[in-house]
Amino acid sequence: MSRMTTTSLTINGRRQSITADPDTPLLWVLREQLKLTGTKFGCGVGQCGACMVHVDGQSVYSCLLPVKDMAGRNITTIEGLSADGSHPLQKAWLAEQVPQCGYCQSGQIMRAADLLNNNPRPTREEIVGHMNTNICRCGTYARIVRAIERAAKEG
Amino acid sequence: MQSNVQTRNTLFVPGRRRFMVGAAGFTFGVAVGIPASLRLATGDAQAAANDFVASPWVTISTDGTIAIMSPAAEMGQGSLTSLPLILAEELDADWARVRIVPAPPNEAVYGNPGFGGIMYTAGSFAVNGYFKALRTFGAQVRQVLLDNAARQWGVPVSELATGPSTVVHARSERRLSYGEIAAFAEIPAKAPDIKPDQLKKTSEFRLIGKDVPRVELPGKVTGSAQYSIDVQTPGMIYGAVLRAPVEGAAPERIDDTAARKVDGLVKLVRLPYGVGVLAETPWAAFKAKNALKVTWSRNAKAWGYNDAGAYQAFAAAAHDLTRSGLAWEKVGDTPAAMAQAQTVVEGEYRCDYAYHAQMEPLNSVAAVSPAGDAVEIWCGTQSQPMAVVAAAKALGIATDRVTFHGMLLGGGFGRRGHRDEEFVVDSVLLSKEAKKPVKVLWTREDDVHNGRFRPLYVHYLRAGLDVSGQVIALHQRVACDQVLPFQDPVRSAKSKGLDNIAMRGTELKTYDIPNRLAEQVSQVTGIRTSSLRAIGVGPNKFASEVFLDEVAVKRGIDPVVLRLELLKNYPRGRAVCEEVARMAEWGRKSDGRGLGFAYCDYTGTQLAAVAEVSLDRASGRIRVHNFWLTIDPGIAVQPDNVIAQTESSIVYGLGLALTERITIEDGTVKQSNFYDYQVPRMRDIPPLHIKLMATDNHPTGAGQMATPLVAPAVANAVFQLTGTRLRRMPMLPEYVKQALLESGRRQA
Repeated sequence: MSRMTTTSLTINGRRQSITADPDTPLLWVLREQLKLTGTKFGCGVGQCGACMVHVDGQSVYSCLLPVKDMAGRNITTIEGLSADGSHPLQKAWLAEQVPQCGYCQSGQIMRAADLLNNNPRPTREEIVGHMNTNICRCGTYARIVRAIERAAKEG
Repeated sequence: MQSNVQTRNTLFVPGRRRFMVGAAGFTFGVAVGIPASLRLATGDAQAAANDFVASPWVTISTDGTIAIMSPAAEMGQGSLTSLPLILAEELDADWARVRIVPAPPNEAVYGNPGFGGIMYTAGSFAVNGYFKALRTFGAQVRQVLLDNAARQWGVPVSELATGPSTVVHARSERRLSYGEIAAFAEIPAKAPDIKPDQLKKTSEFRLIGKDVPRVELPGKVTGSAQYSIDVQTPGMIYGAVLRAPVEGAAPERIDDTAARKVDGLVKLVRLPYGVGVLAETPWAAFKAKNALKVTWSRNAKAWGYNDAGAYQAFAAAAHDLTRSGLAWEKVGDTPAAMAQAQTVVEGEYRCDYAYHAQMEPLNSVAAVSPAGDAVEIWCGTQSQPMAVVAAAKALGIATDRVTFHGMLLGGGFGRRGHRDEEFVVDSVLLSKEAKKPVKVLWTREDDVHNGRFRPLYVHYLRAGLDVSGQVIALHQRVACDQVLPFQDPVRSAKSKGLDNIAMRGTELKTYDIPNRLAEQVSQVTGIRTSSLRAIGVGPNKFASEVFLDEVAVKRGIDPVVLRLELLKNYPRGRAVCEEVARMAEWGRKSDGRGLGFAYCDYTGTQLAAVAEVSLDRASGRIRVHNFWLTIDPGIAVQPDNVIAQTESSIVYGLGLALTERITIEDGTVKQSNFYDYQVPRMRDIPPLHIKLMATDNHPTGAGQMATPLVAPAVANAVFQLTGTRLRRMPMLPEYVKQALLESGRRQA
């Protein structure tokens, strides 16, 4: 039905040319074409946040973004957040032993990174309001809040 | 820390040493060579060549690395770390030198001794079931190390002690590391006999109860942790399956005109239970699947089923005392005692279907050999051998032709432990057709529409009270869809008809009620059912703990006082009740808020909870403001993880209590995704006040134990606040408004 098109975009600092069905959500391009599997598929309809990445510095649902609309955009995935897991949020996530099954946590961390980028010392209410987009079925919410507070403090 | 998890079992150089099999009913002896299924990965080949294979559970390398097998699936509950930790404790291993290796599918060696010897991670039974055996295995290996050191030094073994990975002879101030001993160790023909008093006292533990970081978490914060959905193999293509809406239906007519036009489509495959799509990308597979128009055979049981009608039928069966059910618990003579009771209290409770909603939609990867006579599978399953058997069966090959790669599970909650492992069979069948490796992906909609649910329940409960108000008889009649026969025909065949998954929790062993009868009035509906976190304990405790609240009201006594009275012979139960009441300041009054109490004995783990709620009468929406919970799981192997699992199981319980409902019309699931199946989000979570009250008792599990307390505590709190009794779970606003209306009418 749809023809393949080529889109040029920047992912984790590298220019990439993607040939795909133009309607393909960015999520599937990241996961299956670029093997950046830290970004997860959870719902496909922008409800759960497991697929969150940064596009031009803002956290977005990559399952909702057709790759054709990504031309020239700057995308950061969990793999690009830090080279070695040393981002303050990643360290705080471990200090608080946040993950359980872990499947949603890339999305949670990317969402939280967006928050701290714009609001380095969020209140608890601001954290909850911001993070409400992301589902964790293991219910690690209390620890996520603690980890964000810790990262904000320890930076 | 990440480096000490070995996720594959492929690297091994056959051990040069003899090999012993651990205790607990397994043959102990010397084997020549090592069976392929027992090969241990310990890092690089060089180290492996010098391994001292002490048992199929433990390999000690001359460099001091200790590889310990972990037999449970890791789905977030932490068993990957906590089970090897138990063995390491008695081995007196240096935890920093331990590498954890997921055990291969081999039930004879790695089956859960407390779970009928099967490899099946469920029921919060990993630590509970393996605890004794793992301690013994660790102690046996330690004894062998001690014996070898004694022989080497020519001193009596009684003069030796161990420290972390070291044997010490204090008198001569000599030390040998475990790695050094591995270089010369001889294995006895018979495993050393370990008596219970040779195991450490709980006060001597230096790993158990001390909180080590979970080994797989670093990969879970960098995105490098591998789930089956992340697997890619050379030449792999993608699969999706349009399944029949009801179990047992088959495709009759397939209109694939639109599907065939999808760019990237490779092939359409008629399957016994649906239509498979093979495509070059996931997106093409989904597009083609969505474009299919299929007419299904109407010969399946569940067609025509509606849950509204089911409630009528189930309720009639539950209330019909002439129709006896199958007894799950029978103590004393309940009918006789009930006939003599001064007062009989009764109540009816209902639970809708509920869905797991594990974050990782079901998926698997399979690579069938070109001849179709072997297969390699990658999946996240709660039972490694079940996946192997299902794959073998699908191809008609022997199980030793299946190579299994166990991956992390993006949530299990009971969904990934069905005997048929249908989500694994998908990729096996499609790979056979494609003659290529195939990753089959379920969309979230597939995962909901083809969900296997916690059953629909109607409970009819009766309590007989004597003149003094004592409960002398309790009768629970449970009408629900059967679960075990669908989920696991193999276990079901051995169960004498008893449906553990549906009925667990109706046994009330800790309550001093002399006559108790809990019976299942099984309903055969054809609806796909499943174990779901906390299994029957969830619905069954909702019924019985709300019912006891009603009994307390009837007697005019405090609900906590009633529980303490019923627990008079069970101090551990009393302790958690008294402590949670203290924490929540039970008995205080606060405007516009109600407090509700619940207690639960979950296979030995003791819990009590108090919920504080308010209610918006106009909308019927309940808000939980605080939740207090006490838990005594016996020994807490990883205390912080027990807390984490308890937080988790409370959050899960909040969803089941308040919002999560599956409805079924004409056998077909009406919900599709998180917009119409609403699970808790961060904003929905009240402050959780959890107190771990660990004791020296055998550990009895912590993975799901808090879930059943939430709904009854919330319902009882709403009663305290409003005088309206909520008898249906989930307590959706529409049900709450209806209940308020009805209770208003009764009062008028």
